[in-house]
Amino acid sequence: MKKTIKKTPMVKAQSSSVVTVGSEPIFTRPESLREAENHYCAGCGHGIVHRLICEAIDDFKIREKVIAVAPVGCAVIAYEYWDFDVAEAPHGRTPAVATGIKRVRPGNIVFTYQGDGDLAAIGTAEIIHAANRGENITVIFVNNGVYGMTGGQMAPTTLAGQKTSTTIHGRSLRREGYPIKMLEMLAVLPGAKYLERVSVHSSHEVLRAKRAIRKAFQMQIENKGFSMVEVLSMCPTYWGMPPIQAADRIKSEVSTFYPLGVIKSC
Amino acid sequence: MKNKVLMCGNEACGEGAVLAGCKFYAGYPITPQNELTAYMAKRMYETNGVFIQAESEIAAINMVLGASAAGVRAMTSSSSPGISLKQEGISYMAGCELPCVIVNMQRGGPGLGNIAPSQGDYFQSVKGGGHGDYKIIVLAPASAQEFFEYTLLAFDLADKYRNPVMILGDGLLGQMMEPLHIAPPKDGPKVFEKPWALTGAKGRKQNIIRSLILAEGALEEHNKKLQEKFKLITQDEVRGETVNVKDSDVVLVAYGSVARIAKASMEMARAKGLRVGLIRPVTLWPFPDKLFDAAATSGKKFLVVEMSAGQMVEDVRLAVNGRASVEFYGRMGGGIPSEEEILQRVEAMYKV
Amino acid sequence: MAKIKIDKDRCKGCYLCVVNCPNGLIKISGEMNIKGVKPAYFSGSTKCTGCMMCAVICPDCGIKVFK
Repeated sequence: MKKTIKKTPMVKAQSSSVVTVGSEPIFTRPESLREAENHYCAGCGHGIVHRLICEAIDDFKIREKVIAVAPVGCAVIAYEYWDFDVAEAPHGRTPAVATGIKRVRPGNIVFTYQGDGDLAAIGTAEIIHAANRGENITVIFVNNGVYGMTGGQMAPTTLAGQKTSTTIHGRSLRREGYPIKMLEMLAVLPGAKYLERVSVHSSHEVLRAKRAIRKAFQMQIENKGFSMVEVLSMCPTYWGMPPIQAADRIKSEVSTFYPLGVIKSC
Repeated sequence: MKNKVLMCGNEACGEGAVLAGCKFYAGYPITPQNELTAYMAKRMYETNGVFIQAESEIAAINMVLGASAAGVRAMTSSSSPGISLKQEGISYMAGCELPCVIVNMQRGGPGLGNIAPSQGDYFQSVKGGGHGDYKIIVLAPASAQEFFEYTLLAFDLADKYRNPVMILGDGLLGQMMEPLHIAPPKDGPKVFEKPWALTGAKGRKQNIIRSLILAEGALEEHNKKLQEKFKLITQDEVRGETVNVKDSDVVLVAYGSVARIAKASMEMARAKGLRVGLIRPVTLWPFPDKLFDAAATSGKKFLVVEMSAGQMVEDVRLAVNGRASVEFYGRMGGGIPSEEEILQRVEAMYKV
Repeated sequence: MAKIKIDKDRCKGCYLCVVNCPNGLIKISGEMNIKGVKPAYFSGSTKCTGCMMCAVICPDCGIKVFK
């Protein structure tokens, strides 16, 4: 069988660690992601998601069209890391602000970036109605099952039994209710066109998340309606475990309750 | 080109917005301003603007925040309880220095109250309403004609100062039909350059619309800048009307629909030989303090009349500053004072 | 053949790169960086294939990959 041999630069076989490679890196920070170091904790998923969004924006060459709406939460100063137009929104009102922007500037690409408090607690009305109206926006929902910025309180997406600063004995379903599956709830709405849940707990999952985020932006570019990507993310600080363990927790526990994959695609 | 029409205050306000170049309206139904929401639904469609019946008053003010951040003239309207819901958004817009117009057709309160007219939201409008150190310009029209004209003015003031502007009406003015002249601005709506707006960072640095300012000392600096702006507005944008004040013994003070009733009382009093005058603030913030100087001499008396338990009367007392006596007559919970009631109160002041 | 460069002082010590390298070529340094954590470092091995799994998971864009 004929084998196609790919040409690679000549390398001397040697026992030392000197390797001759190209001088231009094949992986760098995307241009619309600022060089500034981010303030997120070690192992927090926000840094990864910010980069995936910027990769999609650079890929589609839409940086000059993008208007983002930042949430209240750990990512409140996301505009320090993104090199495009950004508006702050009052807590939870992010989809309403995005609606106002997109309706008056339909040629721009408008996305929201929200955490589990912003989207699933205070902002439930706004996200449901933006989806229901079929607003042609992209929503990135970072679900880390806890309120980080304010000190690790229970979120609507906190799992049963999970200890947080307001559920010190673990979330009681009887007392605190059940974790909410936002994508599954929104799937019922005809206005919601593309809903996928992904994760950033491993490199493979990050690449899947990259594809989903890319698709969500593509939906808007092609005027196909409301799209939302929920990203399961680590919060090592408030889960009380080191990053590697937090990543494992998503793999073994969180993604069992919040299954990964396409929830809806029209 | 003047066009005479018969409209209620709500609709007159809506037409003013349309001719001011408003291209975005979001609102939620609440009596007594539903005619305005319905009018905007019709007119935004006709003028290629955006109309959204939002899921709540909260969503509506936030949609206005977005549209305004994107550089477009935007408006929302509601009545008292709904305006309470909007306070967070208004504070944010003041902090972000975003222009917008908010219309409040006041109704009886507190709580759900009733749908009759009232002036119980004066404090909410001029003293704050939302959290933090900010002011919004508050205009108080007293007729459908003024609703039309002050709405045109409101959009210009909002853009000029990059600040929310409120038009404070009440259910009586909102729903009462009156003749008015529709005169569009001669050269079309004024256009303000908005280099700060979010339009997509093409050929420029990113724009950020924010009110969160964490760096050491930076928020105080921002507040100083806002206060400078408010000082400027206080110098340049005061509006008010005085009638027969110079030779009066008793000066009535009222705004909005109550001012029209008080004017009738004044004329009835004058017919009886009583020297009564009227001061009608048009900007409730900035309050027209100086209008009170001429009348605030000893021996004179002020009678403030409001459809509330007494809110503007406090600002009158501040303006008069102890130089003359200030009395109050009010109706609450949707009660409307009649000319006769006010006249009786005035006559009582002469007997003392 | 490939190699990576880890920005020593940008590293927050999450070590997600360490566990995501399929060949285990990233180690934890014995010395602290400017942040007071022991950063990850590339062992320099010729076994690096430039798969970019490390760079992809790094939340701080701290890794450049060269091929």
